[in-house]
Amino acid sequence: MGQTIIEKILSAHSGQEAHAGDIVVARVDYVMGQDGTAPLAIRAFDEMGGTAVFDRGKAAFVIDHSAPSPNEGVSALHKLMREFAKEKGFRLYDIGEGVCHQLLPESGMVGPGSLVIGADSHTCTYGALNAFSTGVGSTDLAGGLISGQMWFKVPETIKFACHGQLPKGVFSKDLILRLIGDITADGATYLSAEFTGEAVAALSQEARFTIANMAIEMGAKAGLMEADEKTFDWLRRFTDQSFNSVSADPDAVYAGSREYDAARIEPQVARPHRVDNVCPVSEAAGKSIQQAVIGTCTNGRLEDLRIAAGILGGRKVHPDVRLIVAAASRRVFLDAMAEGIIQSLVEAGAAVVTPGCGPCVGTHNGVPSDGETVISTANRNFKGRMGNSNAEIYLASPATVAASAITGKIADPREFFK
Amino acid sequence: MHFQGKAHKFGSDVNTDYIISGKYKFKTLDMKELARHVMEDLDPDFYSKVTPGDFIVAGANFGCGSSREQAPLAIKYADVSAVLAKSFARIFYRNAINTGLPVVECDTDQIDPGDELVVDLAAGIITNKTKGTTIPVKPLPGVMIKILNDGGLAPHFRKFGGFNFD
Repeated sequence: MGQTIIEKILSAHSGQEAHAGDIVVARVDYVMGQDGTAPLAIRAFDEMGGTAVFDRGKAAFVIDHSAPSPNEGVSALHKLMREFAKEKGFRLYDIGEGVCHQLLPESGMVGPGSLVIGADSHTCTYGALNAFSTGVGSTDLAGGLISGQMWFKVPETIKFACHGQLPKGVFSKDLILRLIGDITADGATYLSAEFTGEAVAALSQEARFTIANMAIEMGAKAGLMEADEKTFDWLRRFTDQSFNSVSADPDAVYAGSREYDAARIEPQVARPHRVDNVCPVSEAAGKSIQQAVIGTCTNGRLEDLRIAAGILGGRKVHPDVRLIVAAASRRVFLDAMAEGIIQSLVEAGAAVVTPGCGPCVGTHNGVPSDGETVISTANRNFKGRMGNSNAEIYLASPATVAASAITGKIADPREFFK
Repeated sequence: MHFQGKAHKFGSDVNTDYIISGKYKFKTLDMKELARHVMEDLDPDFYSKVTPGDFIVAGANFGCGSSREQAPLAIKYADVSAVLAKSFARIFYRNAINTGLPVVECDTDQIDPGDELVVDLAAGIITNKTKGTTIPVKPLPGVMIKILNDGGLAPHFRKFGGFNFD
């Protein structure tokens, strides 16, 4: 019986032929926690009677969500993480190194066929590298740190076949927002999503991460793509390790499939307060904004900053708008500086903050005021997400956010690509 | 497991930011403190309305969003005995079982705000005392029953030193 990508990865890691519906205990290749989840995992680790991590080279903590610390409560939890990682002898990425979901791929530890658990819901990002990676909570993280294993119910798979090419000014963010708008926030709950078709193949590796990153926003357990030369070229920048790509069998069984013509996708925005409240930018255009955010694990990579700088370069951010930029990692930040991208953005009026999660999760770095409207390249626009439940958040591509920051209103970026 | 209390009703897609906002959860491991802010963005008075043993009753996709385990813990420390919903987001569902918060999939359209409920997990039945009706419960997967019976994943690990589902 044919297998999907996730069935093959779970088979290889559990030593049994896995099919949808089976419960397996699988070996994990890497385990990650961040500063919102690791402190509780340390407590669970102790409650479990843990003494050592299963493999010191296959675990990491990342301080990215509130980094640098905005208050003493957070500082105490950061200290707890540093001390634990040091004592157990595994890697801690401290403030300024970047977002966990950029750092793990850059570490070279994750590639085709890998199985990764991370105590962060957007761990599904590495599906763009043909890895099965999924978000877990703190107690599961502690179990993974101790045992190097995790139990899974093997999910069914839904296939998104994206044909054609995205038009100019339309990006992978627009494509995934359209998919989420159509299938809704729980349309893929418990399912693994496979993204295929020439529109996905035509995307750069960086653009693919944006799609896999948001699989959780349709409820999915994973968002997987096949590996190709672009994937291996990207990985070779970070590791000599060899990986074997995993493809679905022709007779694999799917729970469903959806077809898209990428050529017909327009720039999209998700309106407050739901990620699946998606419309073409034309329906939201003209709405005044007070803050714009470019960055996060969804859209803080070099290509994203380059697209934003392409629009903002030589122009000025609207006087009524604050533009906040955070590179996804120190490496991205350095590359963007070397290319003059940061110079362009700062000259345009951007406030550049520490590589990391930036203002996305509402702890610091730009909490909006009552009644304000924010447009962001992040992945969540829930009420209160950025720290104020009386503010509104729209989600869009880096191009749409950059165009809106200049205009002072939600704007169609295609005007800037003419 | 057997619980009795009244229903506090919410809609669908209650995400973990609504259950416990990021602006609180990064600061502390004191779950009693976090519990004071539980569901605050949906109902600022929720915490003070709960009588120990009460239930959160919701629509579909309860607990969607982030992986924060502070969400089920804040509910538990607010003295809510169980969450009843039409469906749950998968990370929240795992986290709830791992931390010993009972999560019950059932038809919550048959429950109105303030209804007095008796939830009998062993029998798989909810009795709505206000309406004089019973509602069947969708059973948990076997693996999760084992973890819940051990008192959560931490006690399970302490007992077996790892995953043991044989």
